[in-house]
Amino acid sequence: MAIVFQKPKALTDVPLHYCPGCTHGIIHRLVAEAIDELGVEGRTIGIAPVGCSVMAYDYFRCDMIEASHGRAPAVATGVKRSLPDRIVFTYQGDGDLASIGLCETVSTACRGENVTIIFINNAIYGMTGGQMAPTSLVGQVTQTSPYGRDAATQGLPIRICELLASLEAPAFLERVAVNGVANVRKAKKAIFNAFKCQVEGKGFSLVEVVSTCPTNWGLTPQKACEWVNEKMIPFYPLGNYRNKM
Amino acid sequence: MKGNEAIAESAIRCGCRHYFGYPITPQTEIAAYMAKRMPKIGGTFLQAESEIAAINMVYGCASTGRRAMTSSSSPGISLKAEGISYLAGADLPALIVNVQRGGPGLGGIQPSQSDYFFMTRGPGHGDFHIIVLAPATVQEMADLTRLAFELADKYRMPAMLLADGTMGQMMEPVALPEEQIDPETIPVGKPWATRGTGLKREHNIVNSLYLKPDELEKTNIERFARYERLEKEECRWEEYLMDDAEICVVSVGITARVSKNAIVEARREGIKVGMIRPITLYPFPKAPFAKAAEKVRRFLTVELNMGQMNEDVKLAINCSRPVGMCNRVGGMIPSTDEVLAAIRKEAK
Repeated sequence: MAIVFQKPKALTDVPLHYCPGCTHGIIHRLVAEAIDELGVEGRTIGIAPVGCSVMAYDYFRCDMIEASHGRAPAVATGVKRSLPDRIVFTYQGDGDLASIGLCETVSTACRGENVTIIFINNAIYGMTGGQMAPTSLVGQVTQTSPYGRDAATQGLPIRICELLASLEAPAFLERVAVNGVANVRKAKKAIFNAFKCQVEGKGFSLVEVVSTCPTNWGLTPQKACEWVNEKMIPFYPLGNYRNKM
Repeated sequence: MKGNEAIAESAIRCGCRHYFGYPITPQTEIAAYMAKRMPKIGGTFLQAESEIAAINMVYGCASTGRRAMTSSSSPGISLKAEGISYLAGADLPALIVNVQRGGPGLGGIQPSQSDYFFMTRGPGHGDFHIIVLAPATVQEMADLTRLAFELADKYRMPAMLLADGTMGQMMEPVALPEEQIDPETIPVGKPWATRGTGLKREHNIVNSLYLKPDELEKTNIERFARYERLEKEECRWEEYLMDDAEICVVSVGITARVSKNAIVEARREGIKVGMIRPITLYPFPKAPFAKAAEKVRRFLTVELNMGQMNEDVKLAINCSRPVGMCNRVGGMIPSTDEVLAAIRKEAK
C-alpha cells in the first residue's frame, strides 16, 4: 500500500508539550517538512529560544542549541560563521524576537546573515502565563494589561516584517498565518522558500507566522482561529515583504 | 608587542579563527588586530552589535566545537555575564578576555583589578566557576592565552584571561610559539558538538535547561566534581624570594611587578620579604599559602581594588596570620615607594 501521508522525518517521536489547540505543532511540522523536502536534515542546526518553544530541541531531529532569551540570532550567527555550509535556523516567539531580542533580530537581518528565522507571533507571552507582548494588539487584555493594552501608556504593537523590510539586506520576508487550511498551505510554501533561500546562499530569511494562544487568549481553539482573522490579520497583513529569490 | 596584540596573535596560533567583539577601552587593540589578521587567514572577525550579541556568537561558535573568543573590559563583561553563565551551564569551552578598568558603573578607563570577585566567584547567575588566569608580563599574555584554551577544552568550561589595563597597553618583547595549531583539528574529539548529524547519529543538544530538579542537581554536582579536579591539578603560581621570607607579599598583574621592585629595595634594608604571585585566580592556589603560613609572620596583598584578593588569602590560610593591604583604586597604581612603605610597616 502506498504511503500518502506521514510524520516528517525531521521530527522526533517525543510528544509535544504544547497546549491543546496551540498552533506550534503545525508550525513545527511545516519546518520539518521543509527540512525533509530540501534533504538537509543531516546538515541543519536549529536554535531554540526561551518561551513556549524552549523545548523545540527535543522535537527536531537535527542538531539543536538552546539559546538565552532573545539571543538566538546571535547564536545562529556564531554557528553559521563557524560552519557556512550548514543550514541554520532559529525558532522564536514574539517576546523573544521582538522585545528582548529586537537588537539581535535587526542586526542579524541588517548583516544579511545567511540564516532563517521562524518567528511565531501570537501576541502574548505564553510560557510565563499570558503577559502583554510587543505584538499585543491595542485593547488586548493580558495579565499585564488587565484593562486592555493602552496605547498612551503601553505603546503600539510592532510589525516585524515591515520593520525589517526597511532594511536593504534581508533576502526573504513573509508574513503568514496557520488558522485554516488555505493559510497553512501558504505558510508551508513560505517556510520552504525561506529555507531554500538559505540553501541557495541568498541571505537572511524570516517568516512571521501569525499564530494562536487559546489558553492565554481565553478562547477555544476554534474561536482563537477566528480571532486571528478578525483582529490579528487586519493589523498584521499577510503577504510577502521581500523576495530576492 | 603590546599585551593586547600578544593575546590576539597567540589565540590565532592556538587555532582560534573566530573572534566576536564590541569596542571598549582599554582592550580595543585585540579587536583591531583580529580585524586585520582574520580575513587573511580564512577566519572570522565580527564586530557585534553589542557585548551581549558577541558572547552569544561565541556560544554558537563554541557549540560547533571550535575555539571561539571575545574580549572586553569591565563594563562590557557585566553585559556578557548572562552569556558566560549559559556557556558554563551548557559546558562549553570558550575564551573571554577581560582587560579591567576602574568601576563601578562607567568608572574610568585606567587600570584596575576590581573585577576580581566578579570573575573568581563565577560571573553570572547560578552556581558555577570559570577558569581565571592573571598575566603579569606580555609574555604571559601570550602563554596564558594558550593555557586558557587548553584548560577550557580539557574541562569543558569557559576560561578568562583577567588582565589589568596596564598589561593590555604595555609593550615588551615576546616569544610566540612557532607551532600553529590547525583549526580543523580543534573540533575533533568533541562528540557533543552541534555540527549537523550527517544522518549518522542521534541529534546533539547544547542546552542548560533542566526542568526536573533532580536532573539539574546532578549537572551541578558533576560540574563541581570537575572543579574539584581543576583545583587539585591546575593551580599555578610564582614564588619570589620565599625561602627565608618572614613577610609574604601577594599580588598579581601590574602590582606584582611594582611589588617585585619594592621587595628588592626592602631586601637591601634587610627586611626578609618575598612574594607569592597567583597565576590562576580560579582555581586559587591555596597550597603555597598554607605552606607559607607555617613560617611567615604576616601577609600583605597589593591590589588595585578595595581588598578583594585579600579575602582569598585569609581563606587560604584560615586567618592564621595577619593579612595587611596596600591598595589603590580608580585607576591609580601604587608606586614602588608606597609598596615599600607598606612592607616596612608590616616588618615593624
